[in-house]
Amino acid sequence: MAEPRRKTTIQGSPRRHIDAKAWIERSAALGRGEGELMALFADTDCVHMVVRAAGDKELEQLTVAVEGGRYPSVGNRHAPAIRLERAIRDLFGYEPDGLGDVRPWLDHGAWERAAPLSGGKRAAVKQKDYAFLPVEGEGLHQIPVGPVHAGIIEPGHFRFTANGEAVVRLEQRLGYVHKGIEGLMAGATLDRATTLVGRVSGDSTVAYAYAFAHAIEAALEIEPPARAVHIRALMAEIERLANHLGDFGAICNDASFVLIHAHCGILREEVLAAADFCFGHRMMRDCIVPGGLTVDLSKDGATRIRALVEELAPRFRELVALYDGTPSLLDRTVTTGVVAPELARRFAPGGYVGRAAGRNFDVRRDLAYAPYDTLSFKVPIYHAGDVDARLRVRIDEIEASLSLILQILDSLPRSKIEAVIAPANEAREGMALVEGFRGDVLVWVRLAVDGTIARCHPRDPSWFQWPLLEAAVENNIVADFPLCNKSFNCSYSGHDL
Amino acid sequence: MRSLLIRSIIKSPVTIDGPAADEHAVKELVAKLDNAARRVLGRSLSIREVDAGSCNGCELEIHALNNPVYDLERFGLRFVASPRHADVLLVTGPVTKNMRVALERTWNATPDPKWVVALGDCACSGGVFAGSYACAGAVSEVVPVDLTIPGCPPRPIEILKGLLTLIDAASRTGAAKGAGR
Ligand code: SF4
Repeated sequence: MAEPRRKTTIQGSPRRHIDAKAWIERSAALGRGEGELMALFADTDCVHMVVRAAGDKELEQLTVAVEGGRYPSVGNRHAPAIRLERAIRDLFGYEPDGLGDVRPWLDHGAWERAAPLSGGKRAAVKQKDYAFLPVEGEGLHQIPVGPVHAGIIEPGHFRFTANGEAVVRLEQRLGYVHKGIEGLMAGATLDRATTLVGRVSGDSTVAYAYAFAHAIEAALEIEPPARAVHIRALMAEIERLANHLGDFGAICNDASFVLIHAHCGILREEVLAAADFCFGHRMMRDCIVPGGLTVDLSKDGATRIRALVEELAPRFRELVALYDGTPSLLDRTVTTGVVAPELARRFAPGGYVGRAAGRNFDVRRDLAYAPYDTLSFKVPIYHAGDVDARLRVRIDEIEASLSLILQILDSLPRSKIEAVIAPANEAREGMALVEGFRGDVLVWVRLAVDGTIARCHPRDPSWFQWPLLEAAVENNIVADFPLCNKSFNCSYSGHDL
Repeated sequence: MRSLLIRSIIKSPVTIDGPAADEHAVKELVAKLDNAARRVLGRSLSIREVDAGSCNGCELEIHALNNPVYDLERFGLRFVASPRHADVLLVTGPVTKNMRVALERTWNATPDPKWVVALGDCACSGGVFAGSYACAGAVSEVVPVDLTIPGCPPRPIEILKGLLTLIDAASRTGAAKGAGR
């Protein structure tokens, strides 16, 4: 495969090929805590890894060749890579050399062929029942939950082992909503790929379209117009606001405090209605495209958003005061579902999961993209790692988003909203990282000579959050699981892809 | 908290008026149902939501139905935790192959008479995921569907309209069915 020469990401240097020995050394370094794993995925006959050295303003992209269907496992030296390698094995059939866990992850034995992204026609292998990890001890019992849950949430399976009330172990089994999005992406036109990427995870449709647009623009070396740059950020902050408000209410609801939930529901509804008014879609789907936007913000729209912020802020603060002033509610959230700072360092989870456990990272600040480099906002950091801390990160971020929205409206440039996208007539690739409400969304693309998508990998922040949920519920009572789960609010669809 | 509660009582409600049911769809549904089913279902429906591979966008709007603005329960509609308590399965997503069995089992666990509503473009036709190696496609490929509510995702008001259509169909008497002809 010919290597593109140019800088292919707005947030780092071009990809480098390294040999197996260097790959193993890099994996071991990750295991020792040198740097953070940001992504790990396969392409034809190779595996790519994206790492970030702590405190570094750049991302590093490394590639190792797959030889004889194998490559050296990262996961056996750095645990956060395990599920990613199991997914690579299911999708491409590449075997991570040395990985102890041989169980499939996304492949539940229901597809017609194995390794669907490998291009070959391997027959599906009949699978045995999924082997959950054994748990031994006196008086233990198991509680299987899902994939269809009692509430209106996405499907996944949770296997609890409990000793009386206390959870001894939680093991997740995911992959139920695997839609084969990467498979549909291969060969797709830019338009079709944009539509698909906006449907990876419904609550983050803006974040995904945003990261995808950045990746394409990096690959094709296109500058979107200034107005589009600002309105994209506006949409991203509105998306963050809506989701955080929803989560604030839902977390309190799972602690049986319905009043805040009801009021947050009203506030969230007002945000979505304003988005609908301004951009024609409540979730602002299909608004961001490579090159710019499909819809401009009208004068009336800007007025509506200003009014929304003004109206919403005092009512929101009243709810925060209510949260702070209700000891029975705090009793449920404080010290519940703790993520140890050490685990947060190892897994490098994005968003509120990381920032509630001391991981001081926000893409908007640390790998900044326009217009955030010109805006002022604080990144909240807490250290307790509990449900309360994750809630407080959201509360602070709602305040920050309210301020950012006004800053963006104040500095909104006048220009067109779409740049022309022309194919480069050569193979290109691009990568971008964007801060979604849940954490950093990464999109990597390789474009074919004719400008269609050869390979696209969208990496959801949930990949590095789900495993920490397993750790966080340990020793909590089973009845607190919904509360812990909601405070994480990981994406199933974004993860299962 | 007290002032918040008192203000909520004094202020006029945030709840909006419900939309009218879709007359055409009501007639179609009534024709499908026999009298016995209509008697059982009456003016109240219990709904079990099944995410069969959605992107979660549809779920977000279903959630919105429970907020004070749409206040679903005032229409006699409510979400239940088990298919065994349900009259209606509200299914979203392009039925991923990994969810197919779970959907079939949920359908089997729902007592008769039951209705299936396919919600969102994915559930109606497979949507943008149609043709994927990992998706079975429209919900109707897996279980019989009585009503479709298209959209990506449909707005809450559109979902409400669809569900009210069901209630209307369920409560019409045989005479009304004749009169509607
Ligand atoms: S119809 Fe749209 S919102 Fe609903 S699940 Fe499909 S892609 Fe998501």
